[in-house]
Amino acid sequence: MSLFSQERREVLTTPLAKDNPVAVQVLGICSALAVTAQLEPAIVMGLSVTVITAFANVIISLLRKTVPNRIRIIVQLVVVASLVTLVSQILKAFAYDVSVQLSVYVGLIITNCILMGRLEAFAMMRSPWESFLDGVGNGLGYAWILVAVGFVRELFGNGTLLGFRIIPESIYADNGGFYVNNGMMTMPAMALIIVGCLIWALRAAQKEA
Amino acid sequence: MNTNKNSYTIIYASVMVVIVAFLLAFVSSALKPRQDQNEALDKKKQILASLHLRDFATNEDVESTYNAVVVADAIVDSVGNIVKEGKNKDQDGFTKASKDISPKQLPVYICQIDSTIKYVVPITGRGLWGGLWGYIAIDDDLQTIYGAYFSHESETAGLGALIADEPFQKLFNGKHIFADTDTVRQEPLLTVVKNGKVEPQNQQYQVDGITGATLTSNGVADMVKSGLKQYTGYFKSLHTIK
Repeated sequence: MSLFSQERREVLTTPLAKDNPVAVQVLGICSALAVTAQLEPAIVMGLSVTVITAFANVIISLLRKTVPNRIRIIVQLVVVASLVTLVSQILKAFAYDVSVQLSVYVGLIITNCILMGRLEAFAMMRSPWESFLDGVGNGLGYAWILVAVGFVRELFGNGTLLGFRIIPESIYADNGGFYVNNGMMTMPAMALIIVGCLIWALRAAQKEA
Repeated sequence: MNTNKNSYTIIYASVMVVIVAFLLAFVSSALKPRQDQNEALDKKKQILASLHLRDFATNEDVESTYNAVVVADAIVDSVGNIVKEGKNKDQDGFTKASKDISPKQLPVYICQIDSTIKYVVPITGRGLWGGLWGYIAIDDDLQTIYGAYFSHESETAGLGALIADEPFQKLFNGKHIFADTDTVRQEPLLTVVKNGKVEPQNQQYQVDGITGATLTSNGVADMVKSGLKQYTGYFKSLHTIK
């Protein structure tokens, strides 16, 4: 089987839309609400989860034949927790500014259901390379939803994107204009509604296909 | 091999734990010096940020600016005695972590900008979700705020987290710490009020809070008040010297 056979490409691409971890499997919702008030943490969180899912998948896949069945969840958790700790230590030493920005979010990755879900459902049965692709696919599937939600929330909640002003100051009600930021957007509840709309849109699109 | 045997499970778990423990301990101790260095550098950046010195191109710039601006990192106590003079700039007050700060051990950075003296004091407090900290730079009249810097552990992104951004910190510039009529200068009046609730007659003591982040804004208000209150004894001693 070639490195990127039909089947393996599907392993990488189905989690992006058809089997999206957030929109279809409805996993990882808590962190999707917590980090998406602005675009930047959403992007960084998406990338971190992608990297960690991919490598945790590879490690578990390599160990899959040796893991005792009864403690397999614990083994998976240890692998994820160690990887997250390693990543956060390395960030602190070599990219201090990023680590300050991420602060608690790095720790939150451990509790992300997508990771455990992929380890248990995929990496325990498949080869390391396929598991890697699956990890990258699911991480990116999660990341783009986060970015989409973060985009909408920062734009309409703050009028900015990545901290840069998009909606001009002059049209704001404070300055004699007509526009007010939507305060709801900065609340987690609104993130849930946006995720709901995304799920609806994705499912409707797939029904037609 | 039977991977379901009890003995196998126990040995597997033990070996795994030992390997992971060694790996993490090794990585942690190997990276510690670099992390400490980063933390010290970050602290210097924060102190300089309270003096409106932000945006450095390189780490060397931070070091050289810090060395040029900071005259001493003294340690004082709440009565106004000087515990350590801090002539080395980052060996005395600078080494105090926020948990080591007590009424007997208060770091103060004596800085010089355009040949006027500024005093920078560290403050700590609690926000909505976790710790807050910051630095307040005070003019040599010991009444006017020259600049402020705040940061936080885990305030809500887009709301409470805005205290770490320059627009909010700028609101403190030029505010007065004590009532202008107050000659005792014991109780700081400076505070953060609910967004849009600044009273015109008190506007020199009141900073506009952040919409939707009232609890974080209150945390900042408490932190600024209690932090500055600790230094009133020191400020008084400086007045009498003058």
